[in-house]
Amino acid sequence: MDDFIAARSQMALSLGFHIIYSCIGMVMPVFMAISHYKWIKTKDPVYKNVTIAWSKGVAIFFATGAVSGTMLSFELGLLWPSFMKHAGPIFGMPFSLEGTAFFIEAIALGFFLYGWNRLNTWFHWVTGVVVGISGIASGILVVSANAWMNSPSGFDYVNGKYLNIDPLKAMFNEAWFSESLHMTIAAFSATGFAVAGIHALMIYRKKNVAFHTKSFKIAIIFGAAAAILQPFSGDISAKGAAKRQPAKLAAMEAYFHTQEYAPLVIGGIPDTAAKKVNYGLEIPGLLSFLVHDNFKTSVNALDKIPVKDQPPVAIAHYAFQIMVGIGTLMMFIGILYFIALWKKRDWFNKGWFLKLFIVATPLGFIALEAGWTVTEVGRQPWIIQGVMRTSDAVTKMPGIQYTFYLFTFIYFTLSLFVIFLLKRQIQMVPELYDR
Amino acid sequence: MLYVVILFLFASITLYFLLGGADFGAGIIELFTSTDNKHRTRKTMYQAIGPIWEANHMWLIITVVILFVGFPDIYSEMCTYLHIPLLILLLGIIARGTAFTFRNYDAIKDEKTQGFYNHMFVYSSFVTPLFLGIIAGSALSGQIDPTAKDFVHAYIFSWLNWFSVAVGFFTVALCGFLAAIYIVGETDNVDDIKRYIKKAKVSNIVAAICGGLVFIASDIEHVGLSKWIFGNPIGLTAVIAAILSLVLLWFIISDKKNRQWIRVLAAFQVSMILISVGASRFPRFVIFKGGSSMSLLTDHANVNTVDDLGIGLVIGSMFILPALGYLYYSFQRKDR
Repeated sequence: MDDFIAARSQMALSLGFHIIYSCIGMVMPVFMAISHYKWIKTKDPVYKNVTIAWSKGVAIFFATGAVSGTMLSFELGLLWPSFMKHAGPIFGMPFSLEGTAFFIEAIALGFFLYGWNRLNTWFHWVTGVVVGISGIASGILVVSANAWMNSPSGFDYVNGKYLNIDPLKAMFNEAWFSESLHMTIAAFSATGFAVAGIHALMIYRKKNVAFHTKSFKIAIIFGAAAAILQPFSGDISAKGAAKRQPAKLAAMEAYFHTQEYAPLVIGGIPDTAAKKVNYGLEIPGLLSFLVHDNFKTSVNALDKIPVKDQPPVAIAHYAFQIMVGIGTLMMFIGILYFIALWKKRDWFNKGWFLKLFIVATPLGFIALEAGWTVTEVGRQPWIIQGVMRTSDAVTKMPGIQYTFYLFTFIYFTLSLFVIFLLKRQIQMVPELYDR
Repeated sequence: MLYVVILFLFASITLYFLLGGADFGAGIIELFTSTDNKHRTRKTMYQAIGPIWEANHMWLIITVVILFVGFPDIYSEMCTYLHIPLLILLLGIIARGTAFTFRNYDAIKDEKTQGFYNHMFVYSSFVTPLFLGIIAGSALSGQIDPTAKDFVHAYIFSWLNWFSVAVGFFTVALCGFLAAIYIVGETDNVDDIKRYIKKAKVSNIVAAICGGLVFIASDIEHVGLSKWIFGNPIGLTAVIAAILSLVLLWFIISDKKNRQWIRVLAAFQVSMILISVGASRFPRFVIFKGGSSMSLLTDHANVNTVDDLGIGLVIGSMFILPALGYLYYSFQRKDR
């Protein structure tokens, strides 16, 4: 395997796993804090049990998120030393603030996990809330750093030199808000659906129904609300990509020829050589409308971009279709949930309704990975959009393929362990919480 | 602001050594505890480090962030030539962090899986500080050779040399020493206290021997360690202070009233060792073969970044330090 491909694969793999751990690690504390609040207010012991059970999940995901995050902070340098050499001082600001947020999260988590019967009730509750807030803040900060790679600002690039560096301007680059918003909502919807799905399965199997029903409700309200909001945030992101990264937009839409009444292509197999999409469903004018709020206005296509600056069209297009398809499906499931909540209470006891959520368990994370693929693959061949090529950033140390194999093994093992542990946690719910 | 950033860099490294290092030491002590006492030792250790566990390891993240934001050239050179030891360090961190959490949060505590987590924990507790020491030793020993043409000289001998390895073992011994000292104050059981004091003394002797080996290795590799330390007033003072504190420590270690003091003395001693090395090499942070080096005073990021980083660190520490202090205070043994 080529060292460059190996380095990219290792980075993709590391981020692909870290994104799951960290999304769960940042959203579950919020669920935990809500359940904790309900317990303090109602004194219903089921809420306390749910809080404790979830806090164990949080501890597991925080630990795996922390180690995989530590790995990433090193891997950035180990795999892309030339990138970090130049980019570190420019986009380092969100990273240093993230370090602070992460630190506070670790302190608050220490208080929360070990504070039962030891701390003042409300202080204890607040520490849980702080875990959630600082987790979300960390996520927003890290995504802002990634947004800078898509929308570099806060420096002047003159003759290969990075001058007039302004780290604050780099942090608040044009893409930071839309990308952070999209990622945060995605984290809530993916984690909400995943957690709700597992509890739905337990309700379906008639195990500890009271415990799982309360858990299901807290998780799905967030998941469903986020899934309904997500298309709006996606629209903001796509408009931003059209403006700042036309190559990314054109690749994810598999849109080859610049034209008025630009069509939106749904599905299909892009043929890059022939510059067309086979078997896709074309809706004329819709892409123009989505980008410019006008069916006629021309949208720039791949033909405006030199071939050497184009991202891999097929991967970006497939990933984008998967993300949008699943996102739309989740939005409808979310709407169904609220219909059930307000009008059709009896659905909650119906098998088909629970099955719907059981099937939806992994959907959010599939969409999230697909969306991440769109962001990262869509930016290629650049590591800093328009400034530095990924191939110029890679380490000169040979043999990266072996570290890639090693990391692949580690991440898969780690994930198997996490699944094993969660399974045992759920398996023990009757014994631990049926008192 | 540059000096503020450098101060935070050294403070983070020192705190990581004193707090994270003691956590590593907990695993090292467990590794060298007889099977009969393992269970009880593990429990005492867990009670002591459970709540502060994650926070102790955040100092490494702070260190790395300061390096790549404030000193990107230094960070990228280290990442290139010390790729392999950094990678092993990472493997150690993953194995340790996850094993510690998994053994506590596995809902079913059967012997087989717990045994597996324990093995993973104790061996990674040994390997991680070993490679931290190797990395530190390599940065300072002048074995990194950017002109090397072949893989082995560029990426292996940069860190695989007598001096770096000796520093690695010295680091492991110091971590074990810190943990043994800290744990003395964590139990009331008289037998346990005796055992831990013995452990502290043994690990102290081992640390002293490893320290001697570091000097011998420095001679073999022509690193010139004794010349830097004894030729530098701060280095010399720090070493003398470390030795004096060690003598005092041996005198008072068995006295029950002095449990807090022996912790302070041990932490002081280790800090002095770090200061003596840091001060005698300052401002050089990475030294290459042939004598050229990278300096904290010249190889830093542009002024804007350094200023913003400094402000960020000061503000961040206003949040972190009180919270961290309150965390330690809340989970002191008196509350358990």
